[in-house]
Amino acid sequence: MSKTVTITIDDKQISVTEGEKLLWAALENGIYIPHLCGVKEAERPEASCRLCFVEVEGMPNPVTSCTLSVKEGMVVRTRSPRVDRLVRTGFELLLSNHRLGCAKCAKNGKCALQKMAKERGLKLKLTRLRSLVKETPVDDSPQSFSFDPSRCVLCGQCVWVDRNKVKVGAIGFIKRGMDRKVSTFGEVKLAESRCTQCGECVKVCPVGALTASSEKESH
Amino acid sequence: MNATVEKNYEILKNDALQDISKWQEKARVLVGTATCGRAAGALEVLDIFRKEVENRQLDVEVMEVGCMGHCYAEPMVIIYKPGFPPLCYGSVDEGIAKRLVTDYLENDDPCFDFAMAALEPNDMFPTFEDFPRGVYEQKIVLADCGLINPEDINQYLARDGYSALAKALSMKPAEVVAEIKDAKLRGRGGAGFPTGVKWEICHQAVSPEKYVICNADEGDPGAFMDRALLESNPHQVIEGLMIAGFAVGASKGYFYVRAEYPLAITRLRTALEQAREKGILGSSVLGSDFGFDIEIFQGSGAFVCGEETALIASMEGKPGIPNHRPPFPAVSGLRGKPTVINNVKTLSYVPHIIRKGVDWFKSIGTPDSPGTAVFALAGKVVSTGLAEVPMGTTLRTLIYDVGNGIKDDKPFKAVQIGGPSGGCLPESSLDLPIDFDSLQQAGAMMGSGGLVVLSEDDCMVEIARYFLEFTQKESCGKCTFCRLGTKQMLEILTDITKGQGKPEDIDLLLELGEDIKAGSLCSLGKTAPNPVLTTIRFFRHEYEAHIQEKRCPSLMCKDLISYIIDPAKCSKLCDACVGSCPVEAVYTKPDMLKDIHQDKCVKCDNCLVTCLPLYQAVVKVSPPVAVEGGGNHE
Repeated sequence: MSKTVTITIDDKQISVTEGEKLLWAALENGIYIPHLCGVKEAERPEASCRLCFVEVEGMPNPVTSCTLSVKEGMVVRTRSPRVDRLVRTGFELLLSNHRLGCAKCAKNGKCALQKMAKERGLKLKLTRLRSLVKETPVDDSPQSFSFDPSRCVLCGQCVWVDRNKVKVGAIGFIKRGMDRKVSTFGEVKLAESRCTQCGECVKVCPVGALTASSEKESH
Repeated sequence: MNATVEKNYEILKNDALQDISKWQEKARVLVGTATCGRAAGALEVLDIFRKEVENRQLDVEVMEVGCMGHCYAEPMVIIYKPGFPPLCYGSVDEGIAKRLVTDYLENDDPCFDFAMAALEPNDMFPTFEDFPRGVYEQKIVLADCGLINPEDINQYLARDGYSALAKALSMKPAEVVAEIKDAKLRGRGGAGFPTGVKWEICHQAVSPEKYVICNADEGDPGAFMDRALLESNPHQVIEGLMIAGFAVGASKGYFYVRAEYPLAITRLRTALEQAREKGILGSSVLGSDFGFDIEIFQGSGAFVCGEETALIASMEGKPGIPNHRPPFPAVSGLRGKPTVINNVKTLSYVPHIIRKGVDWFKSIGTPDSPGTAVFALAGKVVSTGLAEVPMGTTLRTLIYDVGNGIKDDKPFKAVQIGGPSGGCLPESSLDLPIDFDSLQQAGAMMGSGGLVVLSEDDCMVEIARYFLEFTQKESCGKCTFCRLGTKQMLEILTDITKGQGKPEDIDLLLELGEDIKAGSLCSLGKTAPNPVLTTIRFFRHEYEAHIQEKRCPSLMCKDLISYIIDPAKCSKLCDACVGSCPVEAVYTKPDMLKDIHQDKCVKCDNCLVTCLPLYQAVVKVSPPVAVEGGGNHE
């Protein structure tokens, strides 16, 4: 039997299953923590988007909540000057490599970046950083959806679903550093790959990188 | 079982002593053929010795050895001849090699004018200990490097090699762990984590299968300690890895070596084969019930694969990309099994600690960082190469006494210590005793031991940009801060070196740097901003000169300098500079003096280099001369 523990997040006491990751414990109790790459069912957290920072009493530095298992009596703050600063920089860095123009984006209103901006009072435009967005062709070869790499934030949700849920394995991360991107094997178009066009990746994309054609047409 | 191991070891050692005795009484020539030696022509020198000795029918043994650390004097040759002290010769070319054969080996003139030092005290020639470098150096892991043939296991055995393994096998694994823990040995890969603690965690982990891995993925620009150790004394590392395996309960070990180190891999492979033949490696190590074997894994050269979790991913056939820790590899590592990963240098200390004891090890260095530190001296230091000094030696001693100071007697400016993610320390840090903790406090780090000395000719903004460019290119791209943060910083730095920096850039660099350190997933990102942060801390005025005055004080940043010719120094009779210019920017004026078309000049430095020994008339100036309207046209 799994044990229940009591933890405190932002002065609110909540009961959660022992060992659960803090990020999911918070989200399921209505406490928002910015996040993009977290997959609850994943065996090992990716911890790559670096947005879900919180301060935990007794720990010297902010930690990512997706990697931290809850323990009895844990006291957590989702906001603090240090957390806010890290989240702001992480958010700005992602924006610097994400093609903006929300008005023309199919995910306008449903985008995780917009939610983050709203919750944390962040601007959806670049102020101190320069744009690193590269012009990349949109892959609209599938019947029902399209992929725009210039809006991709490399959260890996689509890759995880493709590999672990529908078990197709059509897409994955390729290349390193600034060239890292989601692509098919051999960088062929999705329609030419082993992609079955099941659309599960589109459902999990938190931004406007993978969008359904119905959404495409409406804009 | 103890008696069996002891007996088997004695047999091996006696065989080895017998084997080497066949040439120990005769003259022998040792040629350093590690990569540094080969780059300087050691193979040609070796060839000359072999041919000449054969042509003259001399009873001389010619053998290959590794690197003694004096890389500035490669190719190096040591000659043992009965009746003479063993002598070491530096910068040996084919001519000198022939002279050494005819004058010394054939006759009895030791050619003292080519000699660097003797290896043993004598009445004829000074030894290394008579020079400052030899006074401050204290060699443990480098002690046999350059003196033994790395491809001959008997030479290692004859020097008590593998006796520590035999000793460890007569102890309980937990006792071996306790010894290393008690010795306070700290990981020499960079972080300085206590090796004994890592071993203890793995030792205590319950698993039918465990692994030990030697991390030889050295990739820092300017660092070559691990390569030299593998090429010069591979058995020392193998022995360390075997003891680690025994201590934690592993039966399998791996060498993770980057494929760019082909000679290290070849010599390691030979060493492993020889150890297997002797019954040292295999199902029953030295006749004990400890079975252990080692495999070599070639990494394809991604810098981040030196990070433990990325190294494991790469060995598992996945992209070499780091994962979040914990779980730490000592608990769940390769294929999910408890795994100890130690650096080449860390493992090299292990046999010495087991053999000579904990107290001996702790008597060297500082209380919290016992032992020695191995540094690769590079950059503007006179005696580039490998140096091993006790922890706590000051930077001043290391650079001026061991390294013989700055090239061309230029003023010292800074030292970049700890590889690409270390920091640049200024002159005021020269008296800092170097150990893991003091360097961290100063804003740098021990890293794997790369040490690049910088003089007044080095622009600190450009140095920061260079190192950041390296880490930015080597970022795996997984996490936001490292992938995008280092790129943003690099763009800003590039602008500053081009004279396009803005006043607010310095603060932005500091903010981004601190956030990348705090926010990155792995140590590559967490340390990447160090060169930028330390150069801003200690050399902010250079950043400001670039940004506010569009001037590079060190005359290094090409966009901020111009080449001009001082008419007072220029000779009417010489046109060397004109001939050296690849783009016809240098021309002769009607008065026969030379001048430079600024709009044509590509700043290649040829004219300056050509004129320097002649008239020193070509000079660099910053800020650059305005090109407007053709500048100094005729």
